[in-house]
Amino acid sequence: MISQVFILSSKGDHLIYKDFRGEAGCDAVNKFYEMVTTLTGDQPPVVMKHKELHYVHIRQGGLYWVATTKADSSPFTIIEFLNRLTALIKDYCGCLSEKSVRMNFALIYEVLDEVVDFGYIQTTSTDILKNFIQTEAVSAKPLSLFDLSNVGLFGADTQQNKVAPSVAATRPIMSSRGEQGGKNEIFVDVIERISVVIGANGVLMKADIEGEIRVKCYMPSCSEMRIGLNEEFSIGKSQLRGYGAAVRVDECSFHQAVRLDEFDTYRILKLCPSQGEQTVMQYQLCDDLPTAPPFRLFSSIERDTGGRLLIYLKLRCDLPPKRSVLHLNNNPALPLFSYSLFSSLSQELSSPDQSAELQPQNKAVHWEIPRFPGGAQLSALFKLEVPGLSSASLQEVGSISLSFELPKYTCTGLQIRFLRLSPIQPGASQRWVRYVTHSDSYTIRI
Amino acid sequence: MPYLGGEETVRELRRALSNPHIQTDHLRYRNTIHRVIRLMSQGVDVSGLFSEMVKACATGDIVQKKLVYVFLCSYASVNPELSLLVINTLRKDCSDPNPMVRSLALRNMCNLRLPGLCEYVEQPLTAGLKDKAACVRRVAVLGWAKIHALLPNTEIDAAVVNELYGLLRDPDPVVMVNCLRALEEILEEEGGVAINKPIAHHLLNRLKECDVWGQSEVLSVLQRYRPRSEDELFDILSLLDPALLSHHVPIMAATLRLFLSLCSMLPAVCVSALERARGPLLAAAGSSSRELRYAALCHIQLLLRSEPGLMGEHYKRFYCGYAEPPYIKQSKIQVLVELVNDDNVAVVLDELKGYCTDVNTETSQAAINAIGSIGRSYDDRCLGILTGLLELKQEHITSAVLQTLRDLVWVSPQYGDAVCSALEKWEDQLQDTQGRGALLWLLGVYGDRLSGAPYILEDFIDGVRSEVSAEVKTELLTATLRVFLSRPAETQDMMGRLLQHCIEEELDMCVRDQALLYYRLLHCGIEDVRRVLQCGRRSDLSLGPLIGRPPEPISQWASIFNTLEPLMLGASSAGNSDPSTLTPYTLTSHSEPMTSDPHLMTPKLKDPDLTAPACSGQCLSLSSTLSPEEFERLWLQTEKGEFLEAYVMCPVPRCSPESLQVALQLVNIQTLAFTAPNKLPWKMYLYTHSSHTLTPHSSTTPPNTLILAEVLQAGGDGVKKVKEELIEDQENEREESVKEGEGGEERRGEMSGGVGGEDGGKGELLVRMRQYTGEKTTLTEFLSVLTTVLNAQHTA
Repeated sequence: MISQVFILSSKGDHLIYKDFRGEAGCDAVNKFYEMVTTLTGDQPPVVMKHKELHYVHIRQGGLYWVATTKADSSPFTIIEFLNRLTALIKDYCGCLSEKSVRMNFALIYEVLDEVVDFGYIQTTSTDILKNFIQTEAVSAKPLSLFDLSNVGLFGADTQQNKVAPSVAATRPIMSSRGEQGGKNEIFVDVIERISVVIGANGVLMKADIEGEIRVKCYMPSCSEMRIGLNEEFSIGKSQLRGYGAAVRVDECSFHQAVRLDEFDTYRILKLCPSQGEQTVMQYQLCDDLPTAPPFRLFSSIERDTGGRLLIYLKLRCDLPPKRSVLHLNNNPALPLFSYSLFSSLSQELSSPDQSAELQPQNKAVHWEIPRFPGGAQLSALFKLEVPGLSSASLQEVGSISLSFELPKYTCTGLQIRFLRLSPIQPGASQRWVRYVTHSDSYTIRI
Repeated sequence: MPYLGGEETVRELRRALSNPHIQTDHLRYRNTIHRVIRLMSQGVDVSGLFSEMVKACATGDIVQKKLVYVFLCSYASVNPELSLLVINTLRKDCSDPNPMVRSLALRNMCNLRLPGLCEYVEQPLTAGLKDKAACVRRVAVLGWAKIHALLPNTEIDAAVVNELYGLLRDPDPVVMVNCLRALEEILEEEGGVAINKPIAHHLLNRLKECDVWGQSEVLSVLQRYRPRSEDELFDILSLLDPALLSHHVPIMAATLRLFLSLCSMLPAVCVSALERARGPLLAAAGSSSRELRYAALCHIQLLLRSEPGLMGEHYKRFYCGYAEPPYIKQSKIQVLVELVNDDNVAVVLDELKGYCTDVNTETSQAAINAIGSIGRSYDDRCLGILTGLLELKQEHITSAVLQTLRDLVWVSPQYGDAVCSALEKWEDQLQDTQGRGALLWLLGVYGDRLSGAPYILEDFIDGVRSEVSAEVKTELLTATLRVFLSRPAETQDMMGRLLQHCIEEELDMCVRDQALLYYRLLHCGIEDVRRVLQCGRRSDLSLGPLIGRPPEPISQWASIFNTLEPLMLGASSAGNSDPSTLTPYTLTSHSEPMTSDPHLMTPKLKDPDLTAPACSGQCLSLSSTLSPEEFERLWLQTEKGEFLEAYVMCPVPRCSPESLQVALQLVNIQTLAFTAPNKLPWKMYLYTHSSHTLTPHSSTTPPNTLILAEVLQAGGDGVKKVKEELIEDQENEREESVKEGEGGEERRGEMSGGVGGEDGGKGELLVRMRQYTGEKTTLTEFLSVLTTVLNAQHTA
């Protein structure tokens, strides 16, 4: 049972406020902002309570999405609902940002009105909602930076007509009446998040992959879609299929709309996608990567004669040479030295397009590599002036963490063999399959 | 900028809305209304436009209608008269051929929230229940719940309730779930919708048709159903079993909760249900939504309370990611500590060691604490890590390490030597109060082995004038006195200075009192000092159960599973793991118990139950004293606050009243007055302050709440008499009632003879508690503390 739903910008501006049950006054909004901004470090912010009113909030797109409730409801339901609401609004508005929420407030009120009645969630399925939602989205212009960074993402310079720009999937699903109308597109994304811990001696201490297949459908009507996965795809440790290298996951779960009658024999998922984005399949793989982790790092830390700290890092990318990595951020955390101690950082990087800076608030050095081809090796030497450096503190330079994005690559090796729509759509329908691996947490201890 | 426009903008909008040119132009009209709503959601008061908006409501354009309704529902309560004008349009819309228009009108009619309009709404609602379109029925069903909420005192027509029960069989699943929700609210006083066998089975069979939200709602309603036979129970369980593996977390959680409540008598089934749900829970704990991750982690902590081995082999899933927010890291650290076993202890310690140098201070402190608590049960590798951290000379790390070391040696005295060698080369300055307190405690306890101890103390004593924290000062007093016992020659002079300062110049009463106490104690002779100060300085081995918690039964937490509470507990568990609830500090440097024979304390220290309740979310304290007059005045304010009356199965304590008083003071309960032990009816007046740690961020409620209590010997008329007297007032009457009570003693004797059977020593105590602010839970927690003390006194 939800009393109110409201959306606040990160600065506390009211963007959307809807009261479903009239139980709590609208001063709850200000109260919430006051509470959330005065939280101390060890207080978890997700659920807060003030005078019998529970505030549950999530942060997405730089906004606070808050639901309040008086009854003791299920936290999973409320959090999932808020997540679903953000996804719905993303579907309808194209992207999630303060601007798009401001521009589409009428649409959001309409969605909220249909989704929740008297605090009870009615439906969040786009199939049903599309009959009720009448307002058209005003699409906020995507940031130009976004465009730039995506040129490389799909190698658009070489295969311009075969790939869609990644903004293609960030348009509202309802804009069929607009100028982009009639574009029957369907996107199938395989997204994996990898989290790795590599010990100081180079031993892989933990490796997890969480993956999902997401379908984003712009077709107003689509009767059936068949997604074929690798034939070698196997679930669990015992099962082995096919003759090629097995693609193995530990656990696997499917959206309830997916029919699995051909899954066991042919690894085919059948579903009727509804408009908008949905997660069709989720899978996990623990501790047993089929390939070596994508990066290796060799480091040495010394103190030179002038009392400076020398950090020498050599990073190697173990991917096949064709692949390349984007937006690699490298954060050797140096948590031991407080900000005031740093006086300067000098750096020697192996190529000019990289950059490195000292981030005092995180006590870290931030090394950014825009593009990193597979098989290559990069190195950097950081010199830090730290007054009062002792040999003990030298030992305790924190771990290095990498964040990156690997386009067109899945660590498990999961591939989509084919994507068929039946019956064949009249007119030009476009099907896109995209793969990406993100780093959830990639830590290398020194 | 919401406020810039203000008056002027509203006036301009009014002009635009009443402009006939705009009214005829479809798009311009809609755009103007758009602007109104935009202002509204930015927080500008646009209620002045109400009458213009009412006019705008009569339109064929659905988008415009929806916008106007948003406006009307927000401001209807401000303009109840004008809202009457809308009703006509709404009622007309209710018979529109378009079902969307019908449902829209019906929904907003109820959303106006005007009790005066209910009479106009009932007829369309009744019609709506029979509508052809499911979307109208959905709205109509919930409409009745809205009417009930608006007019809580008027009964909803029984015919309507029957119809709602009938609609449980509606072909549309959302209508069915809405019926459940509406009936739950309408019949709240009767305990919600009646779940009998046909309804339960009907709901179970249709579960598959509902969406995620409907399913979790139905599952939570089904908790009230009790299957008639074991066969039926197992049929239901096997029907629900696949849902335990659902990748929709809300469904999985609701199913698990239903399992736990259905099988509360079958612990083995519960455990296997937990095992089934492990996969989805772990997946949720690694979900891409942080908030979901956190919720799952909090629930995993709950499960681990009864099934510590449940996640054992999956400990790597709880490694912290670099970019995770501190609150997730901290709860992951808490989980990791629980998962440590012989096989993985080395790996986990390695991982935790990495977190100790986290940029976030709270996270690094949590990690250090975690290493300390692993050290209680595992080897001294932990100690190596901790002492290694001291070398980093980082203020917050050092402070956390010292506190952890103090807690560690208190429970495991065998680490004393290692701690001493780490402290041997101590030369740092600490700013943090808690850290300094811990350092002083360690110096006091190991003063005989640390060669530098007196010199560090001397630095502290030299700076005592600029010391602000009373806590550090009392700790300093105790430590100095202890070091004096082992090394009198080096310490005597500075101890004199310290005592002199504290007695003559100190403003804080606690510090001064303690200094005075030590001063007088020293007069009694060195042997007495030794006896008082070294008692309880080492831990008792019987404290083991306090540290290694035994697994709780599942029923302990099953009722809060899948509620918001575990997430709030997560907030307070940071405070719970705070060493101050467990540390020797609270026991040794207590200002009160020193006044009495220290032997009285020892039996209680051995009793682990005594301190355990104090850890469970509330802390009692004696922060301010209360005069008897004040007590009486507060006690007699019958109309305010929480009142709780409970019978406690416990005989009148046979020990001397003084020892009872001391025992209660140990748990921070102050005794105000009591009757002599063999007088009847025996009674006792108590008070204490509770500071509830569960709601740390509610700034408006006072941090301390006063709890008053009266303990009476139950049975016979005595109790009733005393109660009357309490309402009536005054001393002389009280005496009278005591006499009457004595008269009633024989009757009481008869009764206890009749009811209590052969065991004449057993009896009941009636405890009455009163509290002016705060929640009832504090009272129950207070009661549990009190009961433990009383029982302990009886057995002692």
